[in-house]
Amino acid sequence: MVYFILKRLVQSVFVMLAVALLAFSLFRFVGDPVSQMTGVETSVQDRERLREELGLNDPFVLQFGRFAGDMLRGDFGFSYRTRQPVGEMITDRIPATLELGTVALLISLLVGIPAGVYTALRPRGFMTQTILLTTLIGVSIPTFVIGIMLMFLFGVHLGWLPIFGRSGTVEIGSWTSSLFTLEGWRALILPALTLGVYQLTLTMRLVRAEMMEVLRSDYIRFATARGIPYRRLHFRHALANTMIPVITIIGLQFGGVIAFSIVTESVFQWPGMGLLFLDSIRFVDIPVMGVYLVVIAFFFVLVNLLVDMLYIAIDPRLRVKEAA
Amino acid sequence: MLGRLWDTDGFWAFRHSPAAILAAVVAILIFGGALLAPWIAQSNPYDLATFTLMDGLLPPVWEDGADPRFLLGTDDQGRDMVSAILYGARLSLLIGLMAMLIATVLGVGLGLAAGYYGGRLDAIVMRIADVQLALPAILTALLIDGIARGILPTSAHENLRVVVLTIAIALSLWVNFARTARASTFVERNKEYVQAAIIMGQHPLRVMFWHILPNILGPLLVIMTVDLASAILLEATLSFLGIGLPADSPSLGTLIRIGMQFLLSGEWWILWVPTLFLIALVVSINILGDFLRDAFNPRLR
Amino acid sequence: MLDVKNLTVTFPSRRGDFTAIQDVSIQVKPGEIHGLVGESGAGKSTIGAAIIGLLQPPGYVASGLMTLGDTDLCALTPEQAHEVRGDRISMIFQDPQTSLNPLMTIEDQLIETIQAHSDVSTSAARKRAVDLLEEIGIKNAADRIGAYPHQFSGGMRQRVVIALALCTDPELIIADEPTTALDVAVQSQVLDLIRQLADARDIAFILITHDIGVIAQITDNVTVLRGGRVMETGATERVLGAPEHPYTKSLMAAVPRLDRKLDRFLVPGDGGPPTASDKQGVDAEAWLLEGVQEGGLALEVDSLTVRFAGTRTSLFRKPDPYVALQDVSLTVPAGRVLGLVGESGSGKSTLAKAICGLVNPSGGNMRLGDAALPYGKARARRDPSRRVVQMVFQDPYSSLNARHRIGDILAEPLALYGLEPDKAARHALAIGMLRLVELEPDVIDRYPHQFSGGQRQRIAVARALLARPRFLICDEPTSALDVSIQAQILNLLKDLQAKFNLTILFISHNLAVVRQMADDVAVLQSGQIVEAGPSETFFEAPKATYSKSLLSLTPATNF
Repeated sequence: MVYFILKRLVQSVFVMLAVALLAFSLFRFVGDPVSQMTGVETSVQDRERLREELGLNDPFVLQFGRFAGDMLRGDFGFSYRTRQPVGEMITDRIPATLELGTVALLISLLVGIPAGVYTALRPRGFMTQTILLTTLIGVSIPTFVIGIMLMFLFGVHLGWLPIFGRSGTVEIGSWTSSLFTLEGWRALILPALTLGVYQLTLTMRLVRAEMMEVLRSDYIRFATARGIPYRRLHFRHALANTMIPVITIIGLQFGGVIAFSIVTESVFQWPGMGLLFLDSIRFVDIPVMGVYLVVIAFFFVLVNLLVDMLYIAIDPRLRVKEAA
Repeated sequence: MLGRLWDTDGFWAFRHSPAAILAAVVAILIFGGALLAPWIAQSNPYDLATFTLMDGLLPPVWEDGADPRFLLGTDDQGRDMVSAILYGARLSLLIGLMAMLIATVLGVGLGLAAGYYGGRLDAIVMRIADVQLALPAILTALLIDGIARGILPTSAHENLRVVVLTIAIALSLWVNFARTARASTFVERNKEYVQAAIIMGQHPLRVMFWHILPNILGPLLVIMTVDLASAILLEATLSFLGIGLPADSPSLGTLIRIGMQFLLSGEWWILWVPTLFLIALVVSINILGDFLRDAFNPRLR
Repeated sequence: MLDVKNLTVTFPSRRGDFTAIQDVSIQVKPGEIHGLVGESGAGKSTIGAAIIGLLQPPGYVASGLMTLGDTDLCALTPEQAHEVRGDRISMIFQDPQTSLNPLMTIEDQLIETIQAHSDVSTSAARKRAVDLLEEIGIKNAADRIGAYPHQFSGGMRQRVVIALALCTDPELIIADEPTTALDVAVQSQVLDLIRQLADARDIAFILITHDIGVIAQITDNVTVLRGGRVMETGATERVLGAPEHPYTKSLMAAVPRLDRKLDRFLVPGDGGPPTASDKQGVDAEAWLLEGVQEGGLALEVDSLTVRFAGTRTSLFRKPDPYVALQDVSLTVPAGRVLGLVGESGSGKSTLAKAICGLVNPSGGNMRLGDAALPYGKARARRDPSRRVVQMVFQDPYSSLNARHRIGDILAEPLALYGLEPDKAARHALAIGMLRLVELEPDVIDRYPHQFSGGQRQRIAVARALLARPRFLICDEPTSALDVSIQAQILNLLKDLQAKFNLTILFISHNLAVVRQMADDVAVLQSGQIVEAGPSETFFEAPKATYSKSLLSLTPATNF
């Protein structure tokens, strides 16, 4: 078990290092940092001095080491576009994106898992066929179109909810939250729904497929032959075994949620990291792009480590040593 | 030969699945329309000379004030919507298909090799896939586009947009193929027919491509279908975000972005015609993908 | 007590209804073990599933009566049927590895089963579970009951499965191939346990199996099935000892005998060693003889050791290697058949793989004829041994590439080894070789899935022969086949060996099969040779204790 966790930790560190390397290469090789920082009037000597000061003439490994070290200390450099520290720019935006992503993920799990179980238990029912067709259409509609549709229906046509922006936020320390006011929730619900619908369809189809696989397994057949009550059979035996592959994928999905929040934030003008990233791409603001990547990868790695812990809690084969 | 194909289990299931037949018909119509766009569309939306501002903002024929020349109305520039979506689908499908094919070749090649050789090569490929997974498809595509902007001069980037977009999408989809090909290869590699080939001393490339590949085509075909849908969606999303194709060579995503400006006005068709067309295309591909998945899963039969 | 009358089970399909079971009648009394025996497709398992009400959809009971005591099983609602399951009828499945829920302790699974059918407190249920585990031979049951399934070995797991089937005191237990996945020693213990339970608790058992030896060892009565119909039924001794139905007779003739060696199996349609009568067959035979005229090659294995990397459990300590073969030395004399026997995990297949280069040994030498046989990693793709050593695999369903035509599969060795440059000649040779393995030439354009297991194994043999081998490895070549097909394939191998004077390493876990095939025998136990010598000496007077126990535990098939 300890080995399992350590192995995962090492893998996580590797992923983080690789992403940091990517971010650094972006910074170092896409465009020239010096010409980004200086104006046309700067002389060649000044540029060369700046280059030396910034350590850009040092060996690659040394530069990367310095870059990684700076990151670890929370020094993320400055934006080419706004000249602000990138760290601040990102941390300002993190709460908006995280709240959006978490609520969306919750929607997808709270609806997707029961729906997946239902459709697996009644594979030929009318409701199942309806749900399956709906989800098939669900995965086929791009997120931005879902956003537009929801915005059109609830914002424009019915006029029930605001159509863009974040409002009703409350400051808790340095965290700006929209979860504590009705106003905040009203603004959050459409973007979260937009982001959640796609993940929901994925979760549901995955749970259904895994559950149907488990229901065909020998131990379920054996438990059926022992007359274990169906309720217990389905939820204690089948669902628990279904969750093992499902939680792995949900961990991976978290990355998808964060990524698609770029689209959702763009549609609803939600002031999160995604919107910042989109702007940084338009203006080739390399430091922001790089740090965004590192932050996303960090969240991803963190969530997947948590998933691994959950894995150990569910699966005794990882906890208890096998007998000879 | 055709008779035998008609009689196979897969085809029997197809003949008895109205959804799959309908999806196939829709997909063939859209593919055909896109392919033949230059010959069947009444105007070329890229050619300013073929339309005039005079015809701008005309509604579809069933609405008041429509012009019978324009079946689904026109946009603010006076472009015929039917022509616009046919040309848009042409571009979307071209990028989607190319991206899917590049991802297939890259992913299947790496996956086969990783699954066949195992060991260090496998570890390297899978670690790269891990990193790729931490940066999901849309992020990868955006990133590659961002890099291209940084490296290429602006004019070159404009000219190469289709290429950059295709590569960006392809590189964000290869992991699916690599993981599936690797997993299937792992299973096949331990089967006795592969062991027999190895014992005989056949060349590894021959074992991989002549023996293993035909046996793992089923799941790969499913992924190809599903990923074609993903590629089209990704292209539309990128174009919608303004990162993809510019307004003068509109793909379906670009058309939807243009239509967004009319969300609050009365000219609904400019937004919804390309939107519904895109959905119809992707839904039909996904239904076919779902059908293939069931057809290739022997346990569901 | 259990009375099945004229049971017919139908599976509707798009190609019309398929009748899996037709007009089957069975009676089982308390304390009786009733065997259902038959080859694949006989419908044995379907009968069991129909009785317990778990037929795979879309199958259904089309007609017939099933009564258990006074209960009409066919008239039950689905809810009532589920009540009966576990309570009055229970079931044991084939594979103990997959029959238990891996996420729940044995304790939880036992208690929930007891409480599903009787209103007892958890502590009472627990006590009953512990007593039961002790009774079926799990020591320290009170301590071990809290363990998870993966903490038990295969044989222990099958005991737990039996305990689960038993814990509600059912009247009838259906055991579907309960020992097929087990080694012979464990099999014998599990069978003894079933016999004991039937006698002590008066439980009726239906024992479904393909293995005549198992039937002979413990059943009271037996029903022989074929194609969903009853061929013969009656007391086990009578049916096996003096079969009346022609099918039962041919089945018994095909069962390999442990007590003596027969020249060949007298299976229906077998008219002695075949003689190639058509030109293509004669040509292929001549071609093959020309290639092997020097005769077979002897194989010498000298203190061969194979280690695999163990599973890593610590970051800082290198895992202990797993020793698959330890100092194995053996000789297969030219032109003779060496039978290699041992239980699963004894290293039989590893040895085969080491010889053909799939596994890299960590020490020892191998010699084939006069030449040293290089280790797997060092063996060049063009090494002559690649042609000279050929292999026939266990599973005919995976040993032929499903996407290639038979003609391509057969021509492959000819082209690869450069034995026949001309395409038309390769085709002719492939056809001839098909004649030699008694298949029709027109099969050459078909795909493997169009053939039965036995036919595929013939094709696999033909492929091996087309390399003009001088040393053939047969790794469990018949263990995936029905017994009558097994007899045909063994006959074929014997004929080919005699005709072409091949040296064969014949690997099998089945001692009776080895007795029929081998001139010499070697016994492997946990990667070490415990006994080697001429076959007849081994079977009549085994020296090693392990060999003795293996021989005594194998169910006898002499009646």
